[in-house]
Amino acid sequence: MSDTRPLRFMPRDSKGSASPALSATPSVTRVMATVVLALLPGIAVYVWLFGWGVLVSLGITVAAAYAFEAAMLRIRGRPVWPFLKDLSVLVTALLLGLALPPLAPWWIPVVGAFFAVVVAKHLYGGLGQNSFNPAMAGYAVVLVSFPLHLSRWPAPASLMDAPLGFLETLRLTFLGQLPDGLRLDAITSATVLDRLRTEGLAGDAGAALSALPFLEAFAGHGVEWVNLAFLLGGLWLLYRRIISWHIPVALLGGLGIMAGGLHLADAGQYAHPLTHLFGGAAILGAFFIATDPVTAAATPRGKLIYGAAIGALIYGIRVFGGYPDGVAFAVLLVGLTVPLLDRYTRPRTFGTGGRLR
Amino acid sequence: MKRRLWSFPGGVRLAGFKELSNREAVVPFPVPSTIVLPLGQHAGQPAEPLVEVGERVLCGQLIARPAALVSAPVHASTSGTVVAIEERPVVHRSGIPQRCIIIESDGLDEWGPMDTAGEDPWRTPAKQLVERIRDAGIVGMGGAVFPSAVKLAPAKPVDTLIINGVECEPYITCDDLLMRSRPEAVLRGARLLLELTGARRCRVAVEDNKPEAARALEQALAEVLRQDGAADMEVVQVPTRFPAGGEKQLIRVLTGREVPSGGLPFQVGVVCVNVGTVAAIHDALFQGRPLISRIVTVTGDAVSAPRNYEMRLGTPIREVLDRVLRDDARDMRVHIGGPMMGFELLDTRAPVAKGTNCLLVRAQPAETRPAEAMPCIRCGACVDVCPVRLMPQQLYWHARAGELDKAREHHLFDCIECGCCAHVCPSRIPLVQYYQFAKHEVRAAERRAHKAELARARNEQRQARIERQKAEKAKRRGRGKPKRDEGADAGGDEAAA
Repeated sequence: MSDTRPLRFMPRDSKGSASPALSATPSVTRVMATVVLALLPGIAVYVWLFGWGVLVSLGITVAAAYAFEAAMLRIRGRPVWPFLKDLSVLVTALLLGLALPPLAPWWIPVVGAFFAVVVAKHLYGGLGQNSFNPAMAGYAVVLVSFPLHLSRWPAPASLMDAPLGFLETLRLTFLGQLPDGLRLDAITSATVLDRLRTEGLAGDAGAALSALPFLEAFAGHGVEWVNLAFLLGGLWLLYRRIISWHIPVALLGGLGIMAGGLHLADAGQYAHPLTHLFGGAAILGAFFIATDPVTAAATPRGKLIYGAAIGALIYGIRVFGGYPDGVAFAVLLVGLTVPLLDRYTRPRTFGTGGRLR
Repeated sequence: MKRRLWSFPGGVRLAGFKELSNREAVVPFPVPSTIVLPLGQHAGQPAEPLVEVGERVLCGQLIARPAALVSAPVHASTSGTVVAIEERPVVHRSGIPQRCIIIESDGLDEWGPMDTAGEDPWRTPAKQLVERIRDAGIVGMGGAVFPSAVKLAPAKPVDTLIINGVECEPYITCDDLLMRSRPEAVLRGARLLLELTGARRCRVAVEDNKPEAARALEQALAEVLRQDGAADMEVVQVPTRFPAGGEKQLIRVLTGREVPSGGLPFQVGVVCVNVGTVAAIHDALFQGRPLISRIVTVTGDAVSAPRNYEMRLGTPIREVLDRVLRDDARDMRVHIGGPMMGFELLDTRAPVAKGTNCLLVRAQPAETRPAEAMPCIRCGACVDVCPVRLMPQQLYWHARAGELDKAREHHLFDCIECGCCAHVCPSRIPLVQYYQFAKHEVRAAERRAHKAELARARNEQRQARIERQKAEKAKRRGRGKPKRDEGADAGGDEAAA
């Protein structure tokens, strides 16, 4: 049978569709709204600990992403409202915004959003058609293109004498102006993973690690609290069955096993696995980014492989690669294998021999 | 009694809406003045009419005979006069009209002679029983309408007989009410089928949301076994999970066996028959009554008093609606079968047929209409619920792109069209319709290929025939003028060599 003429077929409108009385399952909009809700605790803690910059940066990203989305839907002749309403672009924007350093100049989120929404999403065919995670594609492009601006991570508000106010943050983001007598160095600081990388590479890993506040029972530095809040949101998503357990467990497992194994082998050279799990974007990646249904593997076994490969790759990039964190690159790279994964991990169809389950 | 049960993959839990219609006893629906009997109420070839326009027929009289092995006869469902044999709208997904025999009732409802009534089915050989089941026009009444006689003559001996009283679709309660009101008919029919099929055990499966039905069966079982002889028969309650009543799913749940892809239950030693079908077989074999009526659930929020009716086959659905609709019901939709696997009725003139188990009539206010379909986001919810372990979203992509080869490779034809995937789809994509369409396209392409193959073979035969005739002609001529022709033949042979 080799008839592959295109089907001239559009099903009748859903008024006469298969399941008329019983649509109890959540719509795309409900799914996306739940994901946004699950992000909120993490965002709140992030803002609380790191200041207004987080909110400003998220705001710019969301506004830019919506503008690009509306424009692209218009250009492509798609209905604008139903697609803006589905909130998928909000999720993309929030994830991109969270990946970007909050004190970056305003055009960084705009460029990121452009690449995420216009190139990675719509040029590939829009919702459901993109092969790369839009948020991570946007982030990777700005990270590679503007590395300097991408290093402006704020110091925790608690470590600063006088944290930037809302207006001061706006001035910094849009005009590049700082209050008198303040230098950028004073309000930014290296992230946990930055320090691990630079100081670790300097051959002084042991000292770097013991200096990490993380190992002092979660005190002070802040990023681990943000990640705990994201973990909470992620667990809620699991509980609500918006995501399945496979990808988060496999991703954190892959990362944790790599980190744990090497840490056990040489604790002076390799950081504690908890540092890896809570020090960067691994939690956010495991529950919110790698679980993006469009770009993730769809079969149960495929999801496990997909998650574990991302976890292992994150560790590889962090420890042996050129960047302090590797969630975006890992997600994008492993995303390339999804069609193959889905193909070769297809569940055994009922009645085709072998054992069930 | 607790017995080990297996489970099938996927499935969904659904709200039942059964209590709407399962509280009232079954009542007969009045015999309508005009009966419309489609010739194709079953799977396979349509029947061939045996009566002519103007002829008087009696209730139960054979009016159309099976046209092939997979086909079924049709009997008049009341007495009256045949007024037309023509195409009429019928209960079918496609809405394509079909040839029907139309009978104007004379109001007497006079039965014809029942020639098989006197025989004792317990003493009749199995082969003859199967013939009588075939002659009674009995088909699978769970909805698949496959001729029962074909099913009951499996190509290989079976050890297990399953009586399917699961009725897992929401809203439908006709089997529930049948099991409650006539448990003896179901069990006696099953007991006889046990003899007929040579199976060693019989399991009557009831979903555990129908405790009354299970109790009625259990209470009747002892008496039936006492009267008709002991046998390994048991009523088994199975967990309520759609589509537990699917044939392959139920076989899996009860026996742990998996019907092979593209195969039939007898290949794993099972015959599975719906309770309605068993009751119809009982009536045919013990009472000589051919299939002329069935229990139909009439339910939904547009129906004033949802309940089950014993309806004559051929009753126009419009007449049913006239009687049961709420006064304020406007803009209603009629669904044939349940909400998961049923379909919307396009023309209410269509009659109740052998496979019509439920009329689901719903008033549809504008705000509850399903939303427009959104793009697939590959969330995989469909993969989790597919009872056949397909990858519905992959099938959807391929069906949409017209990649029929790939759709087949993804086991398109193992899809049982249960609708679980569409039910959980957050994008509200009418997935099953895509699969149905893709299946249809594949079959159409196969038919085209088959036709082309036939045409090619015919053409080859024709060419061969022409060659042969030429040769014969040449030979005949050769006999007249041998010398010249022999030379020509020799030359031809050389050329061929």
